[in-house]
Amino acid sequence: MKISKTAAYKTFTAPLVSANPIAVAVLGICSALAVTTQVLPSIVMMVAMTFVLASSNVVISLLRNYIPKNIRIIVELVVIASLVILADQLLKAFLYDVSKQLSVFVSLIVTNCIIMGRAEAFALGNGPWLSFWDGLGNGLGYGYILVVVSAFRELLGAGTLLGFQIVPDAAYAAGYVDMGLMVLAPGVFITIGLLVWLQNKWTGR
Amino acid sequence: MEALISLFIESVFINNILLALFLGMCTFLACSKNIFTAHKLGLAVIFVLSITVPTNWLINHFLLSPGALAWMGFPTVDLSFLHLVVFIATIAAMVQIVEMVMERYDPALHSSLGIFLPLIAVNCAILGTSLFMRERQYNFSESVVFGLGSGIGWYLAIVAMAAVLQKLRYADLPKGLDGFAINMITTGLIAMAFMAFAGIKLS
Repeated sequence: MKISKTAAYKTFTAPLVSANPIAVAVLGICSALAVTTQVLPSIVMMVAMTFVLASSNVVISLLRNYIPKNIRIIVELVVIASLVILADQLLKAFLYDVSKQLSVFVSLIVTNCIIMGRAEAFALGNGPWLSFWDGLGNGLGYGYILVVVSAFRELLGAGTLLGFQIVPDAAYAAGYVDMGLMVLAPGVFITIGLLVWLQNKWTGR
Repeated sequence: MEALISLFIESVFINNILLALFLGMCTFLACSKNIFTAHKLGLAVIFVLSITVPTNWLINHFLLSPGALAWMGFPTVDLSFLHLVVFIATIAAMVQIVEMVMERYDPALHSSLGIFLPLIAVNCAILGTSLFMRERQYNFSESVVFGLGSGIGWYLAIVAMAAVLQKLRYADLPKGLDGFAINMITTGLIAMAFMAFAGIKLS
C-alpha cells in the first residue's frame, strides 16, 4: 500500500491545507496573533503547540473509554494544563530568552480552542495512533501559518529574518524605511486578513 | 490614585486586551455579528473579569507564590508552578457560581445570556488577564483596576466591531474576501484607531 493511501497520512495532511485550523476553521487565533512579531518565537510556539496537541490527543484518546461523559471537559482541561506546564517548564529550562519573549502566551495554549476542539472532535472518537497524526498535522498546520505571518512581519517591520539582516544597507541609504506598523497590532490583523483572502482565492472557496 | 487612574486608562485604551494583546479573539469573531449579543457578552466579560482577577490575586498571593504559605507554617514551600491549573479552576468555578446566583436571582438576564456565560470560562481574555496580573506583579488594588479596565476595553472593542459589521453587511465585497478575511482587516483598522490613544499618561 502506498503511503499516501493510509488513513494516518490522510489524517495528517488534511489539517495542513484543506482543513487548516486557523485559516479555514478559525480556531486558535488568539495566540497566533501575539507571538508573530518575529520568526524565532513563532517557530518555538509551533513546536510547543505541536507537542502539546499531539500528546494531549494521544492521552485523551487512550483515556476515552474511561472518561465519564458529563465531566469530560474538566478531565480534558486537566490533561491539557499538565502538558502545557511541562512545555512551559522545558522552555524556561532550555530556551529562557524566547520563553521570556513569549511570556504568558505559552500558558495560554491551555485555552487555545484548537486543542479543546481536536480533543472533542477527534481524540474522543479515534484510536491513539490516528489521534497522534491528527495532533501532529493540526499543530504543523497552525504553525506554518504562524511562521508565514511572522516572516512577513519581521521582513517588512524590521528588515530581518531570524535576526539576520535581509534588507541591504544600500536600500536604507537610498531612503528605504522599515514599516513600523507591521510590528504593531494592526499589522498582524491586516496581514492575516490578506493571507486568508489569498488562500480562499487559491482553494476556490 | 493617579497611578491607578493611569493604569485604568492604559488597560481600557492603550493596551486594549483584544486589540493590542489579542486575547479573546475566538469569541470576538464568533459573537460580533449582532450588536445586542455583543453588548450582553461584553457585560458578562466585564463582570467575570472584575471578579476573577482579584480572586486570583488573593490565591496567588496567599497560597501559590514562593514563601506564601508561611502563615500556615510552611515558609519554604513554592507552589508557583501550579498557578496555571489553579487559575483555570478558579475561573471555571467563578463562572459556575455567577451562573448559579444569576439563575436564582435574575432568571431573565440568565436566559438572555444563555450559552455565553459558560463559554466565558474558556475565553482566553479571562485567563490571560490573570496571567498578566501575575507576571506584571500588580498589587491588590492594581489588580482590581486592571481586571475592570480590561473588561471595559474588551466590551468597547466587541461593540465597535459589531457596529461596523452591521453596516458592512450591505457592502459588495470581492469573493474570498468576505467572512473571516474582512473581519480581520476591519479589526486591524479598529486597532489602528485605538492606537491613537497611545502616549496618554496621567501620572
